Amino acid sequence: MKNPAFFRVCSSIVLMLLLALGAGVAARAAPAADAPAIDAAMLAPLAGSDTDARLDTISQLGMRADPGAARILEALSAGTLYVGPQEQLLIQTSPGQAIDAVNGQAMTMPAQADTVMVNNRLRRAVQSALAGSRLFADDWRVRLTAANNLSRSNDLAQLSLIERALQVEQRDEVRRALEVAQANLALQSPQPDARRAAAEALGKTRNPAFRTALANLSQPASDGTFAESDERVREAAARAVAAIDRHQQTVAWAGHLFYGLSLGSVLLLAALGLAITFGLMGVINMAHGELLMIGAYVTYVTQVLFRQWLPGWMDWYVLAALPAAFFITAMVGMVLERTVIRWLYGRPLETLLATWGISLILMQGVRTLFGAQNVEVSNPSWMSGGVTVLGGLVLTYNRMAIIVFAVLVVAFVWLLLNHTRLGLFVRAITQNRRMADCVGVPTGRVDMLAFGLGAGIAGLAGVALSQLGNVGPDLGRAYIVDSFMVVVLGGVGQLAGTVIAAFSLGTINKFIEPYSGAVLAKIMILVLIVLVVQKRPQGLFAPRGRSVE
Amino acid sequence: MTHLPHRDRLAALAHRPLLSPAAWTALLAATLVMALLPLANLVFAPGHALHISGYMIALLGKFMCFALAALALDLVWGYAGILSLGHGLFFALGGYAHGMYLMRNLGGPDGVNRMPEFMSFLSWKEYPWYWAFTDHFAWAWLLVICVPGLLAFVFGYFAFRSRIKGVYFSIITQALTFAAMLLFFRNETGFGGNNGFTAFRTILGFDITAASTRAALYWATLAALALAFILARVVTQSKLGRVLMAVRDSENRLRFIGYDPLGFKLFVWTLSAILCGIAGALYVPQVGIINPSEMSPQNSIEMVIWVATGGRGTLIGPIIGAGAVNGLKTWFTSAFPEYWLYALGLIFVLVTLLLPQGIVGLVRQIVRRRKEVDA
Repeated sequence: MKNPAFFRVCSSIVLMLLLALGAGVAARAAPAADAPAIDAAMLAPLAGSDTDARLDTISQLGMRADPGAARILEALSAGTLYVGPQEQLLIQTSPGQAIDAVNGQAMTMPAQADTVMVNNRLRRAVQSALAGSRLFADDWRVRLTAANNLSRSNDLAQLSLIERALQVEQRDEVRRALEVAQANLALQSPQPDARRAAAEALGKTRNPAFRTALANLSQPASDGTFAESDERVREAAARAVAAIDRHQQTVAWAGHLFYGLSLGSVLLLAALGLAITFGLMGVINMAHGELLMIGAYVTYVTQVLFRQWLPGWMDWYVLAALPAAFFITAMVGMVLERTVIRWLYGRPLETLLATWGISLILMQGVRTLFGAQNVEVSNPSWMSGGVTVLGGLVLTYNRMAIIVFAVLVVAFVWLLLNHTRLGLFVRAITQNRRMADCVGVPTGRVDMLAFGLGAGIAGLAGVALSQLGNVGPDLGRAYIVDSFMVVVLGGVGQLAGTVIAAFSLGTINKFIEPYSGAVLAKIMILVLIVLVVQKRPQGLFAPRGRSVE
Repeated sequence: MTHLPHRDRLAALAHRPLLSPAAWTALLAATLVMALLPLANLVFAPGHALHISGYMIALLGKFMCFALAALALDLVWGYAGILSLGHGLFFALGGYAHGMYLMRNLGGPDGVNRMPEFMSFLSWKEYPWYWAFTDHFAWAWLLVICVPGLLAFVFGYFAFRSRIKGVYFSIITQALTFAAMLLFFRNETGFGGNNGFTAFRTILGFDITAASTRAALYWATLAALALAFILARVVTQSKLGRVLMAVRDSENRLRFIGYDPLGFKLFVWTLSAILCGIAGALYVPQVGIINPSEMSPQNSIEMVIWVATGGRGTLIGPIIGAGAVNGLKTWFTSAFPEYWLYALGLIFVLVTLLLPQGIVGLVRQIVRRRKEVDA
């Protein structure tokens, strides 16, 4: 834990515990018998100005498994250690109240007491010393944190402390952490066998934090000499480095895959509706991005309504936003189809211009209604956070939810297209509009409904996007070019084309990005698409046919 | 596409002169009137009844650049049926190429040319290789012509060879300009990142803000526009132009007859990109700035609406359209800035729905109807 607030909470908890139990009573039976008791002479340098002497005192305190020492360190770290008029050290417990640092006697705080100042160098020493004394805390979580912190330490003096802690430690997690810390320090041991065992133990942790230390052992310095004299230790270290690297590689790949899949899901959601309308009418709907934006704004409005009327159900507003977004954007889509687009059938380039005009109007309309600033849409609590897997890869819940959601939407569209009458008509028109018309398919109404369906899916996608990023009037613009790319690559007429194109673009993008940066990745993907389209001008999954236009 | 707006005229085109005497007269008169306007700025003092402000001259110069770009776009869209949503890229590339020359002539107070600030911020000690020779005016203009031309040629070759057409082609050109915009937004690309080039000082040694320099730039733009108009007329009146119209009206039929459209399309596509680059190059010294937002898909698609509003498939249409839409934009953005996007959106919708042949088509329809009434 690097969080200083967490430290402060921990230290105050420990402090209160100790005070409650009474001064001088060990919170936990720690084998401190061999160390002499704390006396005023030993503490005296703390109040002085000699930094080296103060550092020495602090590290001595840290090596004691003694709650009295821990108490002084906590006070130093929290800034509640005072020095009284007779040079005695006092710990403030509450404003005006103090206890004696040596024997724990309660007293009132003398008026002339001064805070013991701690500079950064001392503060670091205090933290590392505290980590040692916390190894004997009552709460195993405090002990675990302390052990984990110690595993990053290079202070050999703490080795004996760790060994003592290992003797009394019962809890497995803490024992493992202590053993890692022990191995880390054992790398500096004079015995080659101990170093070798330590290197092997550290390699097993797969933790990249130890990579530098191990690599220093296994690789020659710039002058060709080895820091490590023993050949076998070097080999063990090299193996450990390789193990850590392999693991890191796996983590990176899994991360790219996960983020690629989640980006693919976003692209899929954004492009699915576009693919339906494009496949059906040969119309590229430039206002599609704005339909996404409307979906996101519906989410925002739902959130505001829930906050106002149903604050207890705030966590589930996203679920209510889904049908709302679907129906509202579907209505907008159907109105557009009836008023503008149906007059332009057979003139796809003109449709492209008209829908662009509509997108400008919708965008400016949202600006007028909600302002040009982004609005704030919060994740419900069950969507924030994530799980850590493979020791370092965080899979966030909102991205997982997007992937699941995309799968559900695809399933919904698949069912609709393949198992309903409307779907049958849509497929018939996609294959051959004139023939479908001849056999009695009401093409006008199907066009309207299918356009509504495409728009509704855009609305659903908008709900999903609102959970990932900013919601503003420009939201649609960010996705429109990418979703066109998906449609161009996937071809029309088959759901599978869109799905595969979206997921491959998303994953490829995330795999290229770390090597080339986001911008070059985009450009490379564009080049890739142009190359693919060279081979398959109608997209990857165009239905084969002999028709010409 | 089956509609043939020019079919009735095609037969008559065979042995017609480049322009009718009346059209030549109109062209010369219009050019002359436009050419005289900067004199009204230079000769008459401010306050005089015939004085035209420097702002107005700069605005008209800018509009003529737009008109040139629209003319270029109309060559591919109106005549060959290829809708490009990426002409803003060629425009901006021409602008950047000329801008490089202007950036090499910043000349501090001591008259010494320093490296642009954005390069010092990157702590670059010398110009990257692609800035070589850009301090020579002629080389910069070679770049103005070659860079958009070459890019268009390579891109067009691959796109037309694999018969990408219709909306597919439009979408890919849009993605192209979008990708280029992202590239130019990066500081490391070496073109000033999102600030682009600005604060120019001199061009060919003349102060770029002086009224006389502005007038000269205006005349250069006017000349370029007039020459481009004649060139476009030559192209569209030639046999090549007729093949292009056949590509537009039915590419497959043309193919079945035995033509390979690749060369024709590639020629007009590259020519259009070059003209667009020249427009951009003339635009930059007049507005004094070029940045990557010129490459945004919005700008390219706005160019398309200039052509559509004026009337595609005619040469005068895009010039009228660029002037009309931009004039409207200038007025709207100062009078009702909130509503300009509504107006622009409405123009897009209404022009495509009600005026598929644009203003020129509307005028022609009115004239024809009046003739019918007279007859």
